[in-house]
Amino acid sequence: MTVTWQNLADGLALGAIFALMAVGIGLVFGVLRLVNFAYGQLVMAGAFALALASQWNWPLWAGIALCVAVVLVLSLLMDVLVFRPLRGQSPAVMLVATFAVAILLENAALMKFGALGKIATSVASLNQPWTIGGVDIRKISIVAVIVAAVCLGLLSLLLNRTEIGLHMRAASMDSATARMLGVRANRVISVAVLIAGLLAAIVAVMLTVQTPLVTPDFALNDTIIVLAGVVVGGLNRPIPATLGGFLIGFATGVLGGALPTNQSQYLPTFIFTAVILVLLVRPRGLFDFSKTVERV
Amino acid sequence: MSRRLAGLQEVVAPAGLVIVAALLGTLVSVSTQAYFTDTLVKVGIVVALWVFIGNSGVLSFGHISFVALGAWTAGVLSVPAGEKPAIMPNLAHFLLHRHVGNVQSLVLAAVVGGVAALVVGIPLMRLSGLAAGIATFAVLEITHNLLQYEEKIGPGLNTFSSVPETTGLRQAALGALVCVAVAFFYARSRYGRLLRATREDNAAARAVGASVYGQRLVAFTVSGLLAGLAGGLYVHLLPVQIDSVYLDLTFITLAMLVVGGTGSLFGAVVGALAVSALDSWLAVAENGTSLFGWHIDLPSGTADIVVGVLMAAVLILRPSGLTGGRELRLWR
Repeated sequence: MTVTWQNLADGLALGAIFALMAVGIGLVFGVLRLVNFAYGQLVMAGAFALALASQWNWPLWAGIALCVAVVLVLSLLMDVLVFRPLRGQSPAVMLVATFAVAILLENAALMKFGALGKIATSVASLNQPWTIGGVDIRKISIVAVIVAAVCLGLLSLLLNRTEIGLHMRAASMDSATARMLGVRANRVISVAVLIAGLLAAIVAVMLTVQTPLVTPDFALNDTIIVLAGVVVGGLNRPIPATLGGFLIGFATGVLGGALPTNQSQYLPTFIFTAVILVLLVRPRGLFDFSKTVERV
Repeated sequence: MSRRLAGLQEVVAPAGLVIVAALLGTLVSVSTQAYFTDTLVKVGIVVALWVFIGNSGVLSFGHISFVALGAWTAGVLSVPAGEKPAIMPNLAHFLLHRHVGNVQSLVLAAVVGGVAALVVGIPLMRLSGLAAGIATFAVLEITHNLLQYEEKIGPGLNTFSSVPETTGLRQAALGALVCVAVAFFYARSRYGRLLRATREDNAAARAVGASVYGQRLVAFTVSGLLAGLAGGLYVHLLPVQIDSVYLDLTFITLAMLVVGGTGSLFGAVVGALAVSALDSWLAVAENGTSLFGWHIDLPSGTADIVVGVLMAAVLILRPSGLTGGRELRLWR
């Protein structure tokens, strides 16, 4: 196995995209204690919006606007119809419920668009390579890393410098106490869900550049990998969750490119074996260094 | 004596439902009977799930791995030796000439499922909550990935054709009854009671000396055994392919368990039968049918959507399921 600069660039790009998905999943988990298995279907819906827009020959900006609008509306619907009624249930029940929502949305897409899916062509120009120092790097790799860095920077400003950010952090540390002190739960949750939706729309655009063929199971496998990464990193706080998502994306991207074909087909086995090993050694997360130990 | 009898009646309702479903299946046409047979195999899978998830309260997304391993075991050993090279050209030498009968293949499927669950459970049963959910999901992904590409032990991406179709209504019903009986006697045993104690109050159960890890491992192994058996039944029912024992089956069986109620064996059976009935009826309706004089012709894909909505609705409105997680008792 030889790792080239190209592999590293691909790994960085995939890591950046997965980090954004991890933030989206982590934000909602923070305020709701809910692992949203259906997050990938938000991405899928956004990707179908892009594909439809390019089929109707809409300009790129209009397609992206449609993508954002579709994902945000769907996120709000999910919040009102599923997340709110489920509030207070055990994490396992909520995980199964969002699993149901995921299958539901996937089948809705299957019914509407068919198993063969649609092709989003309007963003394909970003998939062309740039040659830098003799290394071909796809434009999307650079765009993905920059977009992810900007998003994460803005998000950290929002969380640390604004009132709503303070409320969100308070709610994710201790929801009950935060509410007693006047944090409005519904507002905080809606904002978190909307930000997560916005990130899903951005991820949809970047994934569609890389894989223009949009099928009903678009982003399904990515979500499973990101979920594993988020839990491996540590779901309780945003930075470990993001790092976990980035790490698993980076590993998948680099290994996927660098392994010879007869081994790269076993990539899921390598990745998920690593996930199990990390969970066994550090069940509370790879980056959770707090000293508190559960005592009975 | 009477208390013992009162306890034993709890198996009457789930076993009775299985028998009623099987008897109903004998009354209908051959093509409709296939739905009943399929349903009874699913009852076996859901009861296997219940043995672990219901009694321990820990979520597992990984049980379809054991169903898949059971299906692979029974399938590889049941394909007639002459047809093996056509379906499985890269099969390992020691499997190429082995051939066993129907019952042996089912027993071996159960054994392989149980051993696999034991091996996986030894490290994994230390986890709980979300970590357990993700880790068992990882097991499903790994099994799926390996079976998909490891052509020495199975057909890979090919379909398991030419497996003798011995799972008719009778074999499926007997299999489901075996699963119900094993699950019932496990749940009534010292092990089942201790595991439920850890589910209800982890700290108190540990204080009276119950080993959470040990009890979960026992349940995981028993449920792996039953899942393997159900997998064996499944491969004898229809030509199984790797994707038929993956996410969709995981989803539908978890939906059945949750809709019926994870708390009781009765709930597992009720859920499997109710969701199967709805699912089968919708599948028929997708091809056009009539109900009370109305002609119904649903677009394909409706079944999965309705089941998804039903599962989410039950979780939201009645988190403990249709049966409320209680066993059915006919008398006190």
